[in-house]
Amino acid sequence: MSLFKRTPKPTATIVYRSDAGQVREVAVPIGNSVMEGAVNNGIDGIVAECGGACMCATCHVYVDEEFLSKLPPIAEDEAEMLKTTFSPRKPNSRLSCQLPVTEELDGLRVTTPPAQQ
Amino acid sequence: MTPDPQSKGVVIAGAGQAGFQLAFSLRTSGYDAPITIIGGESWLPYQRPPLSKAFLQGKHDIESTTLRPETFYIDHRIDVLLGHNIAAIDRNRCCVHLPSGHEVSYGALVLATGARNRVLQLPGADLDGVCYLRTRDEAVELANRLESAHRIIIIGGGFVGLELAATAATLGKSVLVVETQSRLMARSVAPVMSEFFRELHHRHGVEILLATNTREILGRDGRVSGVMLTDGDVHPADLVLIGVGVIPNSDIAVDAGLPVTNGIIVDEQLRTADPKIYAIGDCALHPNPHAGGLVRLESVQNAVDQARCVADALTGKPHAYTAVPWFWTEQFEAKLQMVGLSRDCDQVETRGDPATGKFSVYYAKEDRVVAVDSVNRPADHIAGRKLLAITP
Repeated sequence: MSLFKRTPKPTATIVYRSDAGQVREVAVPIGNSVMEGAVNNGIDGIVAECGGACMCATCHVYVDEEFLSKLPPIAEDEAEMLKTTFSPRKPNSRLSCQLPVTEELDGLRVTTPPAQQ
Repeated sequence: MTPDPQSKGVVIAGAGQAGFQLAFSLRTSGYDAPITIIGGESWLPYQRPPLSKAFLQGKHDIESTTLRPETFYIDHRIDVLLGHNIAAIDRNRCCVHLPSGHEVSYGALVLATGARNRVLQLPGADLDGVCYLRTRDEAVELANRLESAHRIIIIGGGFVGLELAATAATLGKSVLVVETQSRLMARSVAPVMSEFFRELHHRHGVEILLATNTREILGRDGRVSGVMLTDGDVHPADLVLIGVGVIPNSDIAVDAGLPVTNGIIVDEQLRTADPKIYAIGDCALHPNPHAGGLVRLESVQNAVDQARCVADALTGKPHAYTAVPWFWTEQFEAKLQMVGLSRDCDQVETRGDPATGKFSVYYAKEDRVVAVDSVNRPADHIAGRKLLAITP
């Protein structure tokens, strides 16, 4: 039950691949983050313990190379948190709470790391 | 002696961040016995931090605060009983009683009961239009009231009060904050930080009265109309928000004969006096090496890390709770990140110029850094977390 009217929102498809290779395609509302798309759809590879405040690094993902240039630049707080990821940081590491879903990102593929904490 | 959680399972009293995380961590660690979460509110576990910020600013709908959808609990075989708190604990028979008369047996019971708002005892405090913010229901009510409100008075210049002030001012409301202490967030930060935030709010048009007490909340036809201060000054308002701290929910522990003072007392492994009963999160008064004694912390970090600590204990890897405390608050363009506990420091030093909106405050005790508070300087915050980490 929701207190607010639900109007269908435009979505983009985000592809989440687990470290073990399991693939899930999810329609994520435009404007939500890649992290929210994961937790709202029960993708366990993303924990997001701070809820998107860029205070933890438990929504760490590896982004498929071809999408890297379409992402917003890494801000200072994300850059610092990326130094604290539990699984190794790679050149394509991002915090998924800092990646708002846009139409341009339709089809974005991310891989979750072996562990977040 | 480790309790026998494998046979009868774990009962978690409280469906907040700590309760959710415990269930989550237990399942991630391969724990296979029954897990039951029992919560007093009617919602699945949700995040509280966005309530005062993203939700009330209209950036997120209320559904987005839900930590995990219902399918998560089904997929992970986590029973969630909502809408009623545990009525009593029967320590002899190792079960909890629900108000319905039902019983749930436990191998281990974890009290993650959280805290509730401290209620301000003032004439007029029960008028329509006097609000608190802790729960999702309160946040929804507040959002509705904010829409039509013009002039808002916030009693309490702590984190919640100031986040609400920033949110309301961002929404174009006229805001007055009344704080009894001589500076903002006095319990948590150094004077230089308090002053930075006073100036920040002032610049955004928030009026702040320090060292000021409220005598009475005034009303007309049962609805709030303003506030009278102890000096007799009257300030009009159509909405009054009260954020004057919380009280830990420890009644069921008291009734069960467990030691309670300002919170449920636990040892370094977060066990109460009964080895089958733990307490975690806002309700747990625990020995913390960063505090040098017993402390009760109200934060996401503490809820999450204590949940993990107990999940470790219940899956055969017990250890002491030593996680570095961290906190954050966002007000206007300032993100304040705090690490460590500064409450009994003897030295304070500022790096960077507060006038630039980017600076850090270092707190030391006996020449050792015990805490770092950073505004828009995330590198200092992360360096602080590493510096203060206790490695086993």
